[in-house]
Amino acid sequence: MQFMKKFLSSAWQALFGDPVRAFGVVSLGLLLALAIAPAKEHFSQWHGYQRRYLTLIRDRGDAVSLRRRFVPGIHQIWLPDLGVVDRCTTCHLGLNEASLSDVSQQPFRKHPAIPHTLDGFGCVICHGGQGAATTVAEAHHSERAGEEPILPPRYIESGCGQCHQNALPGTPQLNLGRTMLTRYGCVHCHAITLPDGSKVVATDHPPSLAHIADKTTREWIYSWLKDPQAFAASTTMPNYKLSDADASDISAYLVSASTPQAGDAAAAGVQSVAHADPSAGPSLYGESFCSSCHAVQNAAGNLVGGDVGPELTRIGNKVRPQWLTAWLENPRIYDATTPMPHYRFTAQQIVTLAGYLQGKSDSDYGASVHLDTADGRQIAHGRKLIVELGCAACHEINGVQKPENFAPELSTIGSKPLAQIVFLPGMEHTMSSYIVAKIREPRAFGASVKMPQFALTASQTDALTTALLALTNRSRTMPDKLRVAAIPETNYQPAGHAGKLIDELACFSCHRFNGRGGDMAPDLSWEGSAVERQWLTDFLHNPNTLRPSLIRRMPRFNLSESDNKELTDYILTVYQSPSIDPELAPTAANSPEIVEHGRQLFYSKYACQACHIIDTKTDKGYIGPTLTQVGSRLTAAWVYAWLRNPQALRPGTTEPNQNLSDDDARALTAFLMSLKGPAGRGAKQ
Amino acid sequence: MMKRFAARITFRSSAWVALLALATLAGCKQNAPPVPGLKATAAGTAIVESSGGHQVGVTGTALSDPLVVQVNDDQGTAVPGALVEFHGPAGVSFDPAAMITDSSGQATTSVTLGSIAGRYQLSAVTPGKSRPVTLDIVATALGYQQRLGSILADKHCNRCHDPESSPQRVSNYDNLEVKPHPFTEGNTLNKMSDADLTSIILHGGPALNRSALMPSYGNTLSAADVRALIAYTRAVADPPYQPAGTVYARK
Ligand code: HEC
Repeated sequence: MQFMKKFLSSAWQALFGDPVRAFGVVSLGLLLALAIAPAKEHFSQWHGYQRRYLTLIRDRGDAVSLRRRFVPGIHQIWLPDLGVVDRCTTCHLGLNEASLSDVSQQPFRKHPAIPHTLDGFGCVICHGGQGAATTVAEAHHSERAGEEPILPPRYIESGCGQCHQNALPGTPQLNLGRTMLTRYGCVHCHAITLPDGSKVVATDHPPSLAHIADKTTREWIYSWLKDPQAFAASTTMPNYKLSDADASDISAYLVSASTPQAGDAAAAGVQSVAHADPSAGPSLYGESFCSSCHAVQNAAGNLVGGDVGPELTRIGNKVRPQWLTAWLENPRIYDATTPMPHYRFTAQQIVTLAGYLQGKSDSDYGASVHLDTADGRQIAHGRKLIVELGCAACHEINGVQKPENFAPELSTIGSKPLAQIVFLPGMEHTMSSYIVAKIREPRAFGASVKMPQFALTASQTDALTTALLALTNRSRTMPDKLRVAAIPETNYQPAGHAGKLIDELACFSCHRFNGRGGDMAPDLSWEGSAVERQWLTDFLHNPNTLRPSLIRRMPRFNLSESDNKELTDYILTVYQSPSIDPELAPTAANSPEIVEHGRQLFYSKYACQACHIIDTKTDKGYIGPTLTQVGSRLTAAWVYAWLRNPQALRPGTTEPNQNLSDDDARALTAFLMSLKGPAGRGAKQ
Repeated sequence: MMKRFAARITFRSSAWVALLALATLAGCKQNAPPVPGLKATAAGTAIVESSGGHQVGVTGTALSDPLVVQVNDDQGTAVPGALVEFHGPAGVSFDPAAMITDSSGQATTSVTLGSIAGRYQLSAVTPGKSRPVTLDIVATALGYQQRLGSILADKHCNRCHDPESSPQRVSNYDNLEVKPHPFTEGNTLNKMSDADLTSIILHGGPALNRSALMPSYGNTLSAADVRALIAYTRAVADPPYQPAGTVYARK
């Protein structure tokens, strides 16, 4: 203590004993204090990167121009509209330098080509992270106070989805994720409102369970509930991981609450038909193009067929024979809005198909399930579980109300503050890893979590995560001019008896009309301008294929003469393109010279035979439809308009627009219209 | 005052050192010796690719098919129980990064590519009897533009240009009198300049005195689409495409 005092007083004496000396010491201290700021800058991380950048470009051929564009100091992209303050370009110095695309030393490489400029959008909109930070750690990895580290590159398409509500050709993962949100019915439980105020609507059509006992047995329901994927690998129904007792009680309630549906038991006239030749089953299944919508597992375990309807691999294990015949006779009685067409099968065909489908069964499936008759307490418990698990959010169930907002809304899930999230131990504290974990195994977050287990692949989970991460606050607050709206599905409904036929035949399941419908088959909004009456009548009677390379095809419906005429008339009068004027079409009476000139153009100048067949002996191309009898199928006005600009009539068609001159288009039209088939041949094939 | 300043400096530089050390550690971790739990019971003398090489994926995502390699002995017989390690440049990750070959002598891993587009040189290494043996594997990561090109090629071009059919797409290649080249055909396409490629895509075969079976796409595709198609062609060319860009001389 004594020594300390002595030491201090001697130091004081030495430094400030003399006024001049004291002045010197104080000035020196001040000088040093003033030097701290610039020194701090000199030793800062970004300054180091800028020095390294200068070293990197020093030896390059374009060093002079690179050097000229280099601005020392902190850079900033400030976009108040978007809430962007990005200083990333302070270190990422080569992002806009075309010549630095070969540089592997980060952070100096050129940004890969994307449709937007750096100055227009900044960095964090797509990449996340802390744009205003000026150290690597803070900008990239900060988790302070709910800040989010940068987005792993595999979810980068979520950035696009904040402005682009439409499906972009370059963002397949985002598009898939968005489709899955509706296709897997996520939005039945989780409401999602898009920035434009529209609601995301499910497209999965979960069946009503109001008459379930007509369709299947309690044992099947039990096995299904225990493990839906064991019955049909491709089903979108999730697994609720129910105990045996719970599954038994739920099945008991469903069966006890089911009411009989008139018409399910008795398919008139069908019972009297004797069993058909079993070999007719597969061919009728094939001819009816059931596989365009339904998949079946083949011997190798691969699913073959479409996914519009349920998988049929073990359908015989599921449905009651009477129900199946009634369904095949007219599915709309059991389910008025089913995507399945009313085929108008004959009684003979129904028996044949039903027999064939009933044979698709697996004797091991559900063999060990024996359920005792349930008592009232168990049935009541089943109902309680149904309410708790929210089954009625998807399925219509007698005696249970559809719950509103059953699960948390996800409209801004991409911006949910991390502080509100309970992460699992060992989990990365990011939104993306939280969403992935939640989708992959919801019950890992606690046994009481109600969200069921979905059967998804890793890339499906990533796609869903991408779509969810796009739902940010920024996507709602940004200026409207930046937003690219999705083209909403219209609620177009054709009128009258023809409209009813179009509904019954479920044309919308595959075709699009006026902005509503599927995309499996051509858009028919302007079909009336395109085709000839006789051809259309014949085609509706017996759709012969136009494209040999297509796997999914138009099925044949047993339409009556009057229904056929009704539909033909409707299509020809209503589905007319305003841009096609039949009066302006090149007349059919074309001179042989023009026709011959057209043939030359077809085979030589435009080489159309690359994709189309006219002469089945010499032409082989089969990308586009066969044109052997196109003169009897299409109208001259349509052919001419199509040749001039195919995309104007059918956006997205792969037929290239060859920018034909008016003369060439007229000559080609004349040639194509000269290719007539024998009248009415389609019907006899 | 002095002391405080000195402390600041040392703090700064020590932070620097720590950061560098961390970064190096993180960098090394990828190639660090594998999980100690793995115990090899055998060793082979050769390693060959079974499947999953030459895949084209997307930056930052997992390749669609797993990478499968097989360890063999001198006679070419599969060796079960041998250690295999997978290595790649920074940014590439393997799940798992090291494993013991299964009963058929094979090791399977799923590969996630880095965030930079381009060709990735991966390798599978087995310790061998006397010295390690290495198998080199190439994978390509497509960036946004190249992948847009691949999607457009699938929609518009591959039915003619790709001789292979898939369940969704029947190839039209065999029906063409003059055969186009698959976009991976580097031997032919690398010799064509970007300007030539643009010209034949925009104006069709006749623009380069070639067959009219190649249609013109100038009124169907945008300029950006055509750039994307070319970027894709360049990215998947085999042998690799070497751009003839500016040659930078050292001063
Ligand atoms: C109808 C079939 C067809 C389609 C569709 C098609 N091509 Fe071609 N393409 C050809 C044929 C045939 C050739 C060969 C012409 C020759 O060598 O005379 C060719 C040649 C080319 C060449 C020159 C290199 C080569 O393969 O010989 C390029 C480049 C090319 N096509 C790009 C495209 C692109 C890009 C698309 C899609 C936008 C496309 N093609 C669509 C048939 C087609």
